[in-house]
Amino acid sequence: MTSAAPIQREHGLELLRQMLRVRRFEEKCVELYSAAKIRGFMHLYIGEEAVAAGAMQALTPEDAIVATYREHGHALVRGVSAGSIMAEMYGKVEGCARGRGGSMHLFDAATRFYGGNAIVGGGLPLAVGLALADKLQGRRRVTACFFGDGAVAEGEFHECMNLAALWSLPVLFLCENNRYAMGTAIERYESETDLALKAASYEMTAWSADGMDVLAVEDAVRRAAAEVRDGGRPCFLELRTYRFRAHSMYDPDLYRSKEEIETWRQHDPIPALKARLAAAGLLSDADVEQLEESISGEINDAIAFAEAGTLEPVDELERFVYFEGVAP
Amino acid sequence: MSVAPAKTITYREAMREAIREAMVADPRVFLMGEDVGAYGGCFGVSKGLLDEFGPERIRDTPLSESAFVGAGIGAAMGGMRPIVEVMTVNFCLLALDQIMNNAATITHMSGGQFAIPVVIRMTTGAGRQVAAQHSHSLEGWLAHIPGLKLLAPATLADARGMLAPALADPNPVLIFEHGSLYNLEGELPPDAGAVDIEQAAIRRPGADVTLIAYGGTVPTALAAADELAAGGIEAEVVDLRVLRPLDDATIIASVARTHRAVVVDEGWRSGSLAAEVSARIMEQAFYELDAPVARVCSAEVPMPYPRHLEQAALPQPTAVVGAVRSLIGAAADE
Repeated sequence: MTSAAPIQREHGLELLRQMLRVRRFEEKCVELYSAAKIRGFMHLYIGEEAVAAGAMQALTPEDAIVATYREHGHALVRGVSAGSIMAEMYGKVEGCARGRGGSMHLFDAATRFYGGNAIVGGGLPLAVGLALADKLQGRRRVTACFFGDGAVAEGEFHECMNLAALWSLPVLFLCENNRYAMGTAIERYESETDLALKAASYEMTAWSADGMDVLAVEDAVRRAAAEVRDGGRPCFLELRTYRFRAHSMYDPDLYRSKEEIETWRQHDPIPALKARLAAAGLLSDADVEQLEESISGEINDAIAFAEAGTLEPVDELERFVYFEGVAP
Repeated sequence: MSVAPAKTITYREAMREAIREAMVADPRVFLMGEDVGAYGGCFGVSKGLLDEFGPERIRDTPLSESAFVGAGIGAAMGGMRPIVEVMTVNFCLLALDQIMNNAATITHMSGGQFAIPVVIRMTTGAGRQVAAQHSHSLEGWLAHIPGLKLLAPATLADARGMLAPALADPNPVLIFEHGSLYNLEGELPPDAGAVDIEQAAIRRPGADVTLIAYGGTVPTALAAADELAAGGIEAEVVDLRVLRPLDDATIIASVARTHRAVVVDEGWRSGSLAAEVSARIMEQAFYELDAPVARVCSAEVPMPYPRHLEQAALPQPTAVVGAVRSLIGAAADE
């Protein structure tokens, strides 16, 4: 369903800017990966930008974010600096996790960004616990937990849906359904492919929204976040989206057809928003140029920051295995 | 110094007192796990606490080990001080993803940004004829993992005093309570308080051999030491107490005095904590040894149900005595 609400120019430009930041950042990551500046596993968010860009609009700085290994975009839109993310992928001390985590494990306490979890479904129990802490301490915060459709097949998903609903915990479950668990299509691994229906069986408000429409995502997440915040109970949103690139840099992408990818590219959220803004007279070519230029500058600065970063001395290898200091 | 008289208390009651004290002292502390509330805890540790503290702080959970252990980790990151009870070590297998991939890694993966001040308690060990799926001693597995701290209280004082420092620790601390110890009874001063959670302890001094044990094998080692003493051999009993990080200094100092060591471990021999302790003695005290380090571990078999087979599988005082005699005999023969 496409959101039909009128849009303010500034807000529209901000949504476009955030999606473009993620798209251009990810494209640059591909280059840097090919140049062996970034190593390890890397999963790109290209095609899914509307989900993080729309969702973050509905969250406050006090809310918490739990994300997956495909989280560059979430971190960027949340406000983790492009430089510290890039430096993290370079394995530099200036990275948002001192280079200890890499692409899949971005963490940032300042923006309440709790990773970066590379075990499918593994972030859900953490989100439940963060929300439990808020409930027990009487804080009106939302813990937004992003995860993919593949996680729905994990036991941890079902345990957490049940526990969050049973204990009325303020968790916003945001399922990014890109239709594939790595290379296995959802029809091939789920007995019930309507994921919102599945979630609703846990006595939780649940619905689906078009994850390729940033305004629809924002609208859905605003409503869901309000229910979580004001109602003090969990909510589930299925955001139907698609990744245009392979699962990871190692994936030869043999399990889906070029036609299928091309069909979804017709729903690319970035041109869709551009067209909508332009049609409403809210976006000019000059606006786009200016956006692209400023984003390009930001990303080039991020790369320069990462390049200039320092490698941690090897004699610090065993630091951070245990927490240094007193727990807050 | 308190003048209050010592009181008779069980290990179970000592654990309960420790939980109660922590709950009173800090509103961020809460207990959650399967049947910790209305049932009173599978082993009766939390009996009465639901009435005293209410269901918000004594939380019965669904049978969802991964969710509630992970929720404990998340709540700790959110500023709480959770005590998570996993009914037995056997069920912690269902939460290993959370223990290993989150509790043990997030501080490090985040470059030191996040503390994980969670305590995860679980019953461990065999001896009650509960067969192959309820008799594990997997401390050695978990002690393999950097980022965790592991405690094994084997005395009333440790049952009473290890929880407070574990909760004060900014890292995930796993506490293993051997099922055979809950009915252990003895005297404890009413003001018994926190103990250190860094060092091994010498439970019985002796000059001829060091018996290294932890948790449920401490009474086994002490019984063996009694028997050996009757035969004129003075065994020193070292209780590891802390299974990760191991207190090498206490172990090595004892072996340097006695020149012989037997490690008594209810885990299976292969890849066990006993193997680790033995290797450390070899690395750090090889030239102090008068005989090879010996190990008395569980037989390498899933735990059988019949009592005679279960007892045959477990480390027994007689086996420890036999191991010591063969060490001393071997040295005497030279």
